[in-house]
Amino acid sequence: MAAENSKGEVNDLRRMTMIWVVLSVVADLLFWFLVGPHVPPGRMTETAVNNQRTFNVLLVIALPVLIGVWVYLGYAATMWSAKREGVAESVGGEGARTNRKVQVWWIALTSVIVIFLAGYGTFAVIAEHGSGGGEGPNPVWSPSGATQAETAALSGSSSWTPGHVLVVQVIGQQWKFTYRYPSFGGFESDKLVLPVNTEIAFNVTSLDVIHSFWAYQLSVKADANPQLNNVAYTETKHTGNFTVRCSELCGLWHGSMYNFGKVVSSTDFMNWASTTQSANAANTANLPPFAWTYVPDANGASGGWYPDGTVTPYSTVETYGSKTPAS
Amino acid sequence: MSRNGRLATVLGLFVVAVGLVVAAVAAFLTPGIPGGVVNFTSGSAGQPVSLVVQTVPSIGVGFGDHPTWVSYLVKTPSGKWVHSTTWQLPANTVVNMTILQYDSGSPLRNQQWGQVTGTLGNTMSLNGTATSAYNSNTGDGVGHTFTVPALGLDIPLVGIGGGSTNACSQAPCGTNFDHNTITFSFKTPGPGNYPWQCFVPCGLGYLFGNGGPMSTQGYMGGFLKVVA
Amino acid sequence: MTISAERPTDVVASISAPPPSAASSWTQRPGWLSQHLGTAIVGAVLGYVLGHWFGNFVSSSYPYIANSGQNAIADALGLSVGVLGWLLGIGALNYPLAKMIGREGGEEPAVEGWSKYFRYSLDHKTVGMQYIVGVLLFMFTGGLLAMAIRTELLNPTTHVFSPDTYIKIVSEHGTIMMMMATSIIVGPLGNYLVPLMIGARRMAFPRIEAFSFWIFVAGYMVIFSALPFGGFPTGWTGYAPLQTQAGPGMVSYLLGFAVIGLGMMAAGFNIAVTIINYRAPGMTWSRLPIFVWSILATAALLTLATPVLFAGGLFGLLDKTIQTSFYVTEHGGSSYLWQNLFWFFGHPEVYIMALPGFGIVGEIMPVFTRKPLFAYKVAAAGMIGVALLSFFVWQHHLFQSGINPDMRPLFMLTTELISIPTGFIFLVGMGTLYKAKIRYEVPMLFCMALFFNFLIGGVTGVFLSDVPVNVTVHGGFFVLSHFHYTIMGGLLFAFMAGLYFWLPKMTGRMMNSRIGKWHFWTMFIFFNLTFFPMFVIGLLGQPRRVFTYASNLQGLNDFSSVSAFLLGISFLIFFANLMWSMFISPVKAPANPWDSLGLEWQTANPVPPYNFERIPVIMTDPYRYSEPGAPAFADMGDGLTQSSSTTSSDQA
Repeated sequence: MAAENSKGEVNDLRRMTMIWVVLSVVADLLFWFLVGPHVPPGRMTETAVNNQRTFNVLLVIALPVLIGVWVYLGYAATMWSAKREGVAESVGGEGARTNRKVQVWWIALTSVIVIFLAGYGTFAVIAEHGSGGGEGPNPVWSPSGATQAETAALSGSSSWTPGHVLVVQVIGQQWKFTYRYPSFGGFESDKLVLPVNTEIAFNVTSLDVIHSFWAYQLSVKADANPQLNNVAYTETKHTGNFTVRCSELCGLWHGSMYNFGKVVSSTDFMNWASTTQSANAANTANLPPFAWTYVPDANGASGGWYPDGTVTPYSTVETYGSKTPAS
Repeated sequence: MSRNGRLATVLGLFVVAVGLVVAAVAAFLTPGIPGGVVNFTSGSAGQPVSLVVQTVPSIGVGFGDHPTWVSYLVKTPSGKWVHSTTWQLPANTVVNMTILQYDSGSPLRNQQWGQVTGTLGNTMSLNGTATSAYNSNTGDGVGHTFTVPALGLDIPLVGIGGGSTNACSQAPCGTNFDHNTITFSFKTPGPGNYPWQCFVPCGLGYLFGNGGPMSTQGYMGGFLKVVA
Repeated sequence: MTISAERPTDVVASISAPPPSAASSWTQRPGWLSQHLGTAIVGAVLGYVLGHWFGNFVSSSYPYIANSGQNAIADALGLSVGVLGWLLGIGALNYPLAKMIGREGGEEPAVEGWSKYFRYSLDHKTVGMQYIVGVLLFMFTGGLLAMAIRTELLNPTTHVFSPDTYIKIVSEHGTIMMMMATSIIVGPLGNYLVPLMIGARRMAFPRIEAFSFWIFVAGYMVIFSALPFGGFPTGWTGYAPLQTQAGPGMVSYLLGFAVIGLGMMAAGFNIAVTIINYRAPGMTWSRLPIFVWSILATAALLTLATPVLFAGGLFGLLDKTIQTSFYVTEHGGSSYLWQNLFWFFGHPEVYIMALPGFGIVGEIMPVFTRKPLFAYKVAAAGMIGVALLSFFVWQHHLFQSGINPDMRPLFMLTTELISIPTGFIFLVGMGTLYKAKIRYEVPMLFCMALFFNFLIGGVTGVFLSDVPVNVTVHGGFFVLSHFHYTIMGGLLFAFMAGLYFWLPKMTGRMMNSRIGKWHFWTMFIFFNLTFFPMFVIGLLGQPRRVFTYASNLQGLNDFSSVSAFLLGISFLIFFANLMWSMFISPVKAPANPWDSLGLEWQTANPVPPYNFERIPVIMTDPYRYSEPGAPAFADMGDGLTQSSSTTSSDQA
């Protein structure tokens, strides 16, 4: 009886393991080679490539976990069902209560997987300069040259030549993103055009509520907060079009707060930038000086909500157009 | 009570409950477009469409739930002013738009919207003067903008003088009141629903001026419903 | 041998009848002259009118929302005093008020018959039944709104609702569902079953328990009142400063969360105290049913996390009414304050919505596998581990928000660590299934489905916690699908399992198993068909809460919408089954229809007012299904030896 039991046990486990190994290997291979290269957000930028790879690595680890549990559940559901109506006989005896070996292995295995994933994620986010996520006003993982470019942009002495970091400011407002190019006289446009093979430093801020700048194919996502400069980096690798959407609910027109950007060659970018710079010159003169954040003063900073008119007695920040230091 | 009796009772109560829910939904969550759609596609194909709009400081009674809110009125092809912000336009057609701006202005939250973009020639006529950028920080400021983000269309609607003694207070405004006449032309794209909105924080009294009429469809925003 | 000989003498106490009421005040008048739902509604309406008038009286000249004709102070005071009037009307305040003025508070009159369900009842069983109706009310309201959302998303550019109406629907759906989900198991099943499972005659604080239910209903009405006030545009997360900008409907949201929060704190406090102090003799921590462990962990989270939400909502309410600037950066506040407060509550909250589900499957699976719960201690440790860790993960909601990036690896680590104790639950479930004799009754089907769904929800949670992947999936349909898989696929499936399993005990009537299976299969299939495509939709770049989307996603969205409508129909099947089995054609339930060893099945049916004739004495570990001849779980003190399983009695 006991021998038969243990034999049955081995058979069950061996059968499940075989099904699991075969399915997992097939699923992983199929995914990695057939689906993996097409996984969003694609390969337009360095961060997109890396974030796609991280996703694929995670899924290659996740698939065997999913398949393992499913195989087990499926096997249990079919092989271990009560064959007849009514209450089945009890099974397993007292030994069915617990099994120290299984518990230790389970806990050890899940811990190893989880700690590996956290380590891998940490490595990826540091190595890829924040992985395209908003790093706040004080980025700790900057690509080389970024700090100099940002300092130059703020002091108004910025110019851009191919191969250097391009600083682009993203301004969220209800309900549209606009973009300022401090290296080209600080003009503002509702179009986002970027040069290829260039490290881009997005400086994301908002004039009102919280938005989220999501350049989908670039794999960049950074919340646009009022009074805060949220910096995100990526390096463009291929030319093409990309979508920008707001991914933080910001009110009535949140759903239509999107536009399409372009990554173009450096020459085309220079042409577009200088053309737009001169075409917009009249309006650029009316814009406030380039700054990381802006406090609009139309109807008072709060738009008439606080009874403060145009002056805000208890405001901690200065009014429209003032520069706040890059903290 | 018999089983059939109980069945009938439960079914009856169920019908009553469903009726109540539908009534609540209909009362608070009306489907459709507030103010309806004003149709401008009746003209002959290919001919420019003429669209006349006025902005009013307060919409007044008789035009909806919020008489004190700022809004746009549109003139139907038959010449009647109606409160609707969704306009049906023919595709790939030039629209000659006239906006009669009766509201006073203020500085823009983002001066970028002071630049005229997306119109034919990237310019507009402000009381007969061609204008391509308006500095909202000086002069009368900008009262509203007519902006269609998806088309890159943006026209600042310059405000009337702040000291005006002949300002219209309630819709519909006659041309005897102080106003600015702004005209421009743009070409409609292919069929689709294109949201338009105002970028001036004119929802006064709400934080950043973007609540109230700015956050309620039918007041400071709507759709260009472009059809083939 | 009979075990009753070993009973400690001190527990062989006869039931002491409730003391005769000292004074027959007007609150104790029986019948329709006393206090009930009707007087509560009258109280609420009068309170609202009074509060609204007072708000306008004190702040009519206050320059609040010019041109709106609305006064948020009046709205907030109206709703607050309305809630107070509701509580006065139902009689929740009789006892404390009497005590406050130095009089002896009278006992609430014990009402028999169906009308007790419309009264302030101190019986935990009545409160549990009331909660079932309450959460179903929430659930069907939120579900209807979900149908509206999916209707709008049938087409990317043609709109059924205008954008502002759509956002109102989305926000109301999210808020109602989240409020419902915090109580969907703790409320009905927790209140009903915990005393029965631990061998107690009542809850520790019956008045607080009744209070938690009636304020839960008040919270539902407050949050629903957002619609007549014009709705709110912020989603259930209510991010400031959009919150501060919104119209008067926002007051309902902030106050509604505060009111529900009071109920959550009261319920959690009462249940935790009850479990700690009211366990029967012999009910040691290692003999506690696993469902009670899960409710204890949940109660701890309710008690500790909710005050943060309460404070956060209060700040928001102050911003909206008397124009403070807690959340307005331009005026010295911080929009991050709300995000941190909200998610410091919000992440423990999602485990408030997961743990009771784990408890239910842990409780039900042994019954239908005829096996003990595998690794009982690991299961309890997993629940405590999840509850503890859940306080240290909240910033993973803020990965892209511009917070200090140094913290990212830490919160990535803590978030992924929480999958270790969550994995314990899978170990327990799979170990219990091992070589079992599975009976596919409806509750068991729902339990199996929970493991299928929650696995997908849990694994995608690991993707979300990974910062590089989070860049793509944050704020999109991927995360939306993830939390529907955990909350709906986990908690709601567990709730259904619990209802099918325990309704026979609670009502004495069996749920129809045939309709139940139809309900299960339609719900399981269409739940997956609704939400699985949303992972793909999210990866392909569709943000949450949008009324327009890329036209190439229409096929997937339509597939999801049609599945959602069919999922809605499966809930109608459930509702029909509930009505059919409970009211139209009831079938009397056997005393122990599933042959469970659980203590709740050992007491008489229907359960007497004081639950147990005599306080039971717990003799051994729970779930000894696999050990014929094992001693009975409890000595009920009635001289009969409770056999540990049906097979053992054959052998005996």
